[in-house]
Amino acid sequence: MRKAQGSWEKRILKSLNSMCTELSIPLARKRPVGEQKELLNKWNEMGTDEPDLSLFRPVYAPKDFLEVLINLRNPNYENGDSLSFRTHLGLIQVPLKVKDIPELKECFVELGLSTGQLGIDDSTQVPPELFENEHVRIGQKVLLQQDSAAAQQYIRQGSPTALRAELWALILNISSQPEDILYYEQLKTNVIQHDLLVDSLIYKDVKLTASNDDYYFVFEDYLYQVLLCFSRDTSVLGHFAYNSASPPKSYIRGKLGLEEYAVFYPPNGVIPFHGFSMYVAPLCFLYHEPYKLYQIFREMYVRFFFRLHSISSHPSGIVSLCLLFETLLQTYLPQLFYHLREIGAQPLRISFKWMVRAFSGYLATDQLLLLWDRILGYNSLEILAVLAAAVFAFRAVNLMEVTSLAAAEAVLADLSTLKVMPLLQIFLFATVT
Amino acid sequence: MSRMLVPCHVKSTVALQVGDMRTSQGRPGVLVVDVTFPNVAPFELLEITFKNYYTAFLSIRVRHHTPLHTPSKWVTCLRDYCLMPDPHSEEGAQEYVSLFKHQMLCDVSRVLELRLILRQPSPLWLSFTVEELQIYQQGPKSPSLIFPKWLSHPVSSEQPAPRLEGLPDPSRVSSEVQQMWALTEMIRASHTSTRIGRFDVDGCYDLNLLSYT
Repeated sequence: MRKAQGSWEKRILKSLNSMCTELSIPLARKRPVGEQKELLNKWNEMGTDEPDLSLFRPVYAPKDFLEVLINLRNPNYENGDSLSFRTHLGLIQVPLKVKDIPELKECFVELGLSTGQLGIDDSTQVPPELFENEHVRIGQKVLLQQDSAAAQQYIRQGSPTALRAELWALILNISSQPEDILYYEQLKTNVIQHDLLVDSLIYKDVKLTASNDDYYFVFEDYLYQVLLCFSRDTSVLGHFAYNSASPPKSYIRGKLGLEEYAVFYPPNGVIPFHGFSMYVAPLCFLYHEPYKLYQIFREMYVRFFFRLHSISSHPSGIVSLCLLFETLLQTYLPQLFYHLREIGAQPLRISFKWMVRAFSGYLATDQLLLLWDRILGYNSLEILAVLAAAVFAFRAVNLMEVTSLAAAEAVLADLSTLKVMPLLQIFLFATVT
Repeated sequence: MSRMLVPCHVKSTVALQVGDMRTSQGRPGVLVVDVTFPNVAPFELLEITFKNYYTAFLSIRVRHHTPLHTPSKWVTCLRDYCLMPDPHSEEGAQEYVSLFKHQMLCDVSRVLELRLILRQPSPLWLSFTVEELQIYQQGPKSPSLIFPKWLSHPVSSEQPAPRLEGLPDPSRVSSEVQQMWALTEMIRASHTSTRIGRFDVDGCYDLNLLSYT
């Protein structure tokens, strides 16, 4: 796995280097004073800037990453041509251990049919006295106690909209001290002083994804403020201690090979890919001060999101999530899986982009936030794979009638009307197996 | 409790198979690794460490040193220790493992030879073994310190030093100094760990290309 991650990283570096040389733009340069002043004035409305980004292209898109994952092979594994009882019929060929539905039921016990959920039991037909009022009261008590562990347990049943921002901050251990505000201001200064090639990639990504989204285009300026500062944040380098990835290195011009002049590029070691800004966009609904938004995003990234774009054997890593999705589909919807495979529409090809983005930009915002509540509550990303399988189960009837990959994509193109919690509950607890 | 590496000679693995190995299909599921200790006297086994490579179950047999004229027999000291909870999947397949004296079923003082029996029942893996095998024995005990008698048995009949006039009570001064020292230690320890990270070198962040190494 580490070898695969290493060679994938090399590919990304080559791509970035070639972009650099083709466009003759330096990786990093110091901004002249005039430009610095201009940027400082425009800080709150960077979205109005219309730089020429036509020559830039994203370093990679999720589907490139999927091709790498599909080609992961264990050299010690029997990958013979003859079909055996363990031939992987899906795209992922690595035999990682994934949970099956009985184990998932045990793991996600609070999502069961007899437990109240926000997202189900707060709909207009259900009188609020049955569940919602009590749940809100418990939430307020948890916040009063400032008990992080209790908040994590509480949020497994969903968070009331009014309490969500504070609950997430409590679970992620974010408290806004003056030093945090100072730290964010320092990052802002770093953005103003130096111009990085990665900035243009971020601009391009925001323009391509979040600005085109009906829900998130209003937050465009916030996204620049958060993402540009994020690339300058060296504290993010700390997460590489438990990440299989390594940050890209470079040397100060003219000092190639001298270790004292080795630096990481970008300073936080994370090269954004197509869709990266969608990790930040939903958070803009919850937090309005840039430094708070920044802290929450940074913590969510180093706890969860980094696993969605690096190759590792971790149970919440993207490889395990893909395998979990394929295994669930194969075991519990075998006819659908077989049919899709026959028409050349491997289900993972459609659901991969949902999982890599943690469904951001595909679900309606309120549903997405309910889903991310559970990610925080269970401290695991496995629920993304379960939801992906549940979506396929929901649209199974339509999918059985399609005859091509394009038609299958069309059936699953619009998820914005889906209600996340009923789908999860039915798939895990109410399907006859 | 220090440990000392025992130089050992690990023989190449022998596969146990039924029938003629050259013509039968299929891969062996049982491998035996013999570990001998040439030039080392029978020792007390403390720890065994190795890196697993797709072995599912491990058994260890040990041959003791016996007094002359009695034949030494092989005794099982670890039976079917599970290294991979699911032999068909990757969990535990490449982990570093340590086995200790207290996990052994029999007495492991005076070890002559070791035999590791590796089992991998799943047909999915092309090969399996254990790597970087290291055996440790009890290290030399740290020399017991002899405390000078006057440290452990203070003479109680000491005369207190004569009190100088005009000076504060020495015991009160020493306790106050101790408190002050504790305070400075506390302040030093609670130094905030947030730092404004610098990513440039002396203000310069002029980069050429990314490095591949």
